[in-house]
Amino acid sequence: MNNLLIVPIAVPLVAAMVLVFLQKRPRLQLAIAIGALLVALAAAGTLMIQNKTEGIQTLHIGGWEAPFGITLVADMTSVLLVAAALVIGVCCLLFAWDPTLAGHHRHYLFPLMLLLVVGVNGSFLTGDLFNLFVFFEVTLIASYVLLSLGGTKTQLRESIKYVLINMVASTVFVVAVAYLYALFGTLNMAHLAERAAEAGPDGLVTVVGLLFLVVFATKAALLLFFWLPGPYSAPPMAVAALFAALLTKVGIYAILRTFTLIFIHQPEVTGTVLTAMGALTMLLGALGAVSHWSIRRILAYNVILSVGFIIFGIALADEESLAGALFYLLHDMVTKAWLFILGGAIIAIAGTDRLRDIKGLIRYRPQLGWMFLLAAMAVAGVPPLSGFIGKLLILKSGVGAGQFTVSIIGLVTSLIAFYSLLRVFILSFWGETLLNEGEQHATGRNAVLPGLVLAALSVGLGLGSGVVLEWLEPAVRTLTDPAVYIEAVLGTAVR
Amino acid sequence: MVETLIIIIAGILFSVGTYMLLSKNLLRIIFGTGLYTHASHLMLMAVAGLKQGAAPLLSERAEAYVDPIPQALILTSIVINFALTALILVLGYRTYMETGFEDMRQLKGMDHE
Repeated sequence: MNNLLIVPIAVPLVAAMVLVFLQKRPRLQLAIAIGALLVALAAAGTLMIQNKTEGIQTLHIGGWEAPFGITLVADMTSVLLVAAALVIGVCCLLFAWDPTLAGHHRHYLFPLMLLLVVGVNGSFLTGDLFNLFVFFEVTLIASYVLLSLGGTKTQLRESIKYVLINMVASTVFVVAVAYLYALFGTLNMAHLAERAAEAGPDGLVTVVGLLFLVVFATKAALLLFFWLPGPYSAPPMAVAALFAALLTKVGIYAILRTFTLIFIHQPEVTGTVLTAMGALTMLLGALGAVSHWSIRRILAYNVILSVGFIIFGIALADEESLAGALFYLLHDMVTKAWLFILGGAIIAIAGTDRLRDIKGLIRYRPQLGWMFLLAAMAVAGVPPLSGFIGKLLILKSGVGAGQFTVSIIGLVTSLIAFYSLLRVFILSFWGETLLNEGEQHATGRNAVLPGLVLAALSVGLGLGSGVVLEWLEPAVRTLTDPAVYIEAVLGTAVR
Repeated sequence: MVETLIIIIAGILFSVGTYMLLSKNLLRIIFGTGLYTHASHLMLMAVAGLKQGAAPLLSERAEAYVDPIPQALILTSIVINFALTALILVLGYRTYMETGFEDMRQLKGMDHE
């Protein structure tokens, strides 16, 4: 029992409610929102240290012991992801402090962003499948409103499709939960893992697992990503950055958790399906990234591409690849937020996101240009930056497992991702400038601080990869051995 | 026995819902999602077993009581879907007012971007 677990959910939630009453005072709203996220971050940091020294932390809400009550579980995986989500939340809030978004500030932009972070944190921390559904919905409802806020034609058009697809996916989620409950009579993840282990390799369980995979793949944009590029290019870039860094990652986390804990008894089926989906996602994402002329869409396809790579790491499911997948997941959250924030600054300055109409920005914004190049290099996995270690571990394990084709796809597509971002860099920063001094549509100054924070994180993750891997070690131990998780949640009381 | 009947009803609702989701009229699609959620709730109720005893109020004397968890799940899901249906109805209305279209074919986008 550790009450700190509720802090990353409760504090931003309460803060969001308070912010609603401060509608007319955006500056105060921003301060409270950032303060709440920093408090939650402190709690997450403490939990991280406790995880390292004492093992997995749990909270049985209301004192109802697992598997009867609602359980929150903070293992190292969850806590690291929560911490990353909180840092990104702060950066996106800072980036959203933009005079052109004044209308959004008055219409509850900050509380909605906080609620989205609440849902994401809850999804990471919950130890119960139905609760996961509820927190998915919290995240999604916040994202529906954030997406349609502003009410332009494009936004409304995209939100209709986004909401419909997610409503259908959520229904499938409930159906899958119903099947699983019929099979095992419980929804507590640790309890499910225990009963699934008793059932052994059972075709029925695997089919239900694949149904869950359909749901999570829709949310994570794994192969079923057809819905993603539209909604990610409709809202303001501060919101898009939050979506890109957090929304798909919740789906990836759900896949990571369920397919290392519950549906692990027929790896020849689940592993193959995951690998194939990952490979196809990488290929199609790469094709999308090079085929578009809009910065927003190029960045959106980069999100898809990296989802495929992380899933490949999860599908391999050995210690090395899981450490790599987790590392790459953290790296990807940071770099995607970073790229979207820098891309947002480019779009704001140029006043358009069509690459053909942007030229020669390096003359006015050299720092922005070089930072964008640095972010592109981080995505490509150039050694001192954060993408390298994750890629190395996943590919090494992939080659070791004999998955040569998919490993080569992973390598080639990461080069293509680099190419697509270099194209953005070259086309928008080089060449004869089209804008005169004073003709820029915005200063792009609001991107400086969050950009620097995320740059420092990316470089820090890369340079300190030895330390990070040491911290990832307990996370990987839990992921490779479900018994650790089950023991921590259920103890010995139930058995 | 009744469970089988409910499952069949859920199946029919799912197929009707799918038919409506595939239509082009926005309002029909929204109704389709409504049918979907009803079907999933019926399924949740049926898979846990219907009416096997008293209401799940724990007392010393209750011999058998129905499993309260599916009921709690359905209740939660109903609340969420109520909110979602309200949201998408408003969204659909606003989209109709803004674009003048309720035919999904005309909401494709991409042509002017």
